[in-house]
Amino acid sequence: MAGKKIQSAKRKRFINNSIVHVILAVLAVIWVFPIVWVVLTSFRAEQGSYVSTFLPQSYTLDNYIRLFTDTTILNFPQMFMNTLFIAIFSCILSTFYVLAVSYCLSRLRFKLRKPYMNMSMILGLFPGFMSMIAVYFILKAIGLTEGNLIKLALILVYSGGAGLSFQIAKGFFDTIPIAVDEAALLDGCTRWQIFTKITLPLSKPIVIYTVLTSFMAPWLDFIFAKVICRANSDQYTIAIGLWNMLQKEYIDNWYTCFAAGAVLISIPIAALFLYMQRYYVDGLSGAVKG
Amino acid sequence: MGILKKRVNEFPTPYTCTRAIREGGPETKLSMALMGFGNIVHGQIIKGLLYLAVEAAYIVFMIMTGAHCLAMLPSLGTVAQEEVWDESLQIYTYTEGDQSILILLFGVATVLVTFLMVCAWRGALRSAYKAECLAKEGKHVNNFAEDLKTLLHENLQRLLMTPPVFFIGAFTILPLIFMICMAFTNYSKIDSHLMLFDWVGLDNFKALFDSTSILGSTFWSVLGWTLVWAFFATFSNYIFGMIVSLLINRRGTRAKGFWRFCFVLSCAVPMFVSLLIMRTMLQPEGAINVLLRNLGLIAQDASLPFFTDPTWARVTVIVINVWVGVPYTLLQLTGVLQNIPAELYEAAKVDGANALQIFTKITLPYMLYVTTPYLIVTFTGNVNNFNVIYLLSGGDPVTDLSSTAGKTDLLVTWLYKLTIDRQYYNIGAVIGILTFVILAIAALLTYRNTKSYKEEGGF
Repeated sequence: MAGKKIQSAKRKRFINNSIVHVILAVLAVIWVFPIVWVVLTSFRAEQGSYVSTFLPQSYTLDNYIRLFTDTTILNFPQMFMNTLFIAIFSCILSTFYVLAVSYCLSRLRFKLRKPYMNMSMILGLFPGFMSMIAVYFILKAIGLTEGNLIKLALILVYSGGAGLSFQIAKGFFDTIPIAVDEAALLDGCTRWQIFTKITLPLSKPIVIYTVLTSFMAPWLDFIFAKVICRANSDQYTIAIGLWNMLQKEYIDNWYTCFAAGAVLISIPIAALFLYMQRYYVDGLSGAVKG
Repeated sequence: MGILKKRVNEFPTPYTCTRAIREGGPETKLSMALMGFGNIVHGQIIKGLLYLAVEAAYIVFMIMTGAHCLAMLPSLGTVAQEEVWDESLQIYTYTEGDQSILILLFGVATVLVTFLMVCAWRGALRSAYKAECLAKEGKHVNNFAEDLKTLLHENLQRLLMTPPVFFIGAFTILPLIFMICMAFTNYSKIDSHLMLFDWVGLDNFKALFDSTSILGSTFWSVLGWTLVWAFFATFSNYIFGMIVSLLINRRGTRAKGFWRFCFVLSCAVPMFVSLLIMRTMLQPEGAINVLLRNLGLIAQDASLPFFTDPTWARVTVIVINVWVGVPYTLLQLTGVLQNIPAELYEAAKVDGANALQIFTKITLPYMLYVTTPYLIVTFTGNVNNFNVIYLLSGGDPVTDLSSTAGKTDLLVTWLYKLTIDRQYYNIGAVIGILTFVILAIAALLTYRNTKSYKEEGGF
């Protein structure tokens, strides 16, 4: 009797497990499928955007080669260098802003602390690019919308608002025991020394997280870049370039190259993302822990 | 409610502005007109001179340009650009007219500078009063080098916060005030007010709320869809993400890491890339339709109207948003799920609860409790979700040709179309303000009541 019961429970569990695994497999296919498809498309030999077969008929590396050699219409290497340049500098600036603001809000007590946090919450409720046009006018008024100065303008725009996204780093700093700070204060450290010599070394995960997210931002944004670059095609970033490849006038010739470009910029970002995935989870659960 | 509670001053100081004006000595009172004078008298020469320099710079700025900018602000310029026939060159040349947009920009900037000046003035007054009090009591008055040193310790926040706050001021607050001002003007391509425009008060708001006009009816339908979208996008992601993470995290599931990797892979691809890919796949001649045709599910020349039929388009963007968003939700919820104390489950099992009861009585309440702030952030993020809509459907299909918005346009994408494509800047600004008002009401009602806000910083 008892043996039968255990056996039926076992069978039930087996059926349940099988169902769950089948469901997960189906879902996984749905989620991975578009990515596999774009990788396949990037090696497709047949040109043209819409073809009548789902899978490529023959494979080639030409799309990747063309991306870097055919610079007459869409200069992919130059876009790559532009984006890299912008990403490096805006990464340095915004990392400093984010960490400085987070540290102050987490560790120091001053009069404007609460007002600042409320202000950042209110500013976060405005549609991000409602002010985009205004930003463009301001940049134009100080003469940053011509030639190479566009790069500077983009750096300023990408790093400018960084001081408002302090939540994750602040949540992390909050978890460092305050006793460490107090001990250092007793030993005669200044707060600056505590920041640079104690808090930052103790917060490596969040520093890495901040560096990587701010480095990635310029590769992913295309709206601000598009509005600020306008017709200056020599200043385009990768995102605008990829977007342009899908426009009506280019899509027939450039579609497979778009896929190649998408794969190329996805690889480093995917690597960074998988690497910092645990920081992402830590940072977020630290921020909502309350 | 919390907002209305009177704030208790956490940082009492004897050196306030009012006391400086009321009780300060003659040198402090003179600092009201001549900033830094009090500091110089009490030996803080460099500090005093710096204050004086700030005042001088402000006065010079006001005389050179500031006063003019402020004076132009009420009228926003009157001189129109004109065509003049140039005899010697035999061409038409244009006289330089007033550019209202620049007048408005410089005007707003001048107001901000003046505000900063008032802050500096108050600072100078306080500092002079403090120096006076300290000198009277025979205490040590800091010299400039010592003042600089406090920046590394007591006043570290000034050193660290000034640069970020400066850039927030220049690239977030100034543009925002500028755009808010635009909502009260007629800066728009309509009636060609692109060079010269005027203040029109609340006319734009009236036009938008007037549901009999094309603009008004478009606004209400876009607003309705925005709220529907935000609701479904937030909760479909949340529920689906929770189901997936429960499936992965349940005890019987093998290869947890592999399943998680499959989902996370898609959020490692940059979002705009995956959205553009999705869009091309869902075109009438795109990969999905080709696949369905090859499988014989639809006729050879037929295609499913993913972005051409209004209802299809709306469902499509929500479904694709699930595809895009679930990996993020999964990452987020996995951490929270793993934090649920195991004793709770064990106790429930001992008491004989079944799986459904455990889920509804333990898992769900715990998740909701911890993730409420996250849900609110996601909701506001979805109301402002520009990327998904703009890159996927671009707001299409447009069924009513006279209206400026398509059937899947959110307030933000409509704002984008109105400002960038159509140059109806004033209406765009009004929509931005209204979006903010809607979000602010929603956020204030919920956010300030959540535990994590109230307990902030209580260590």
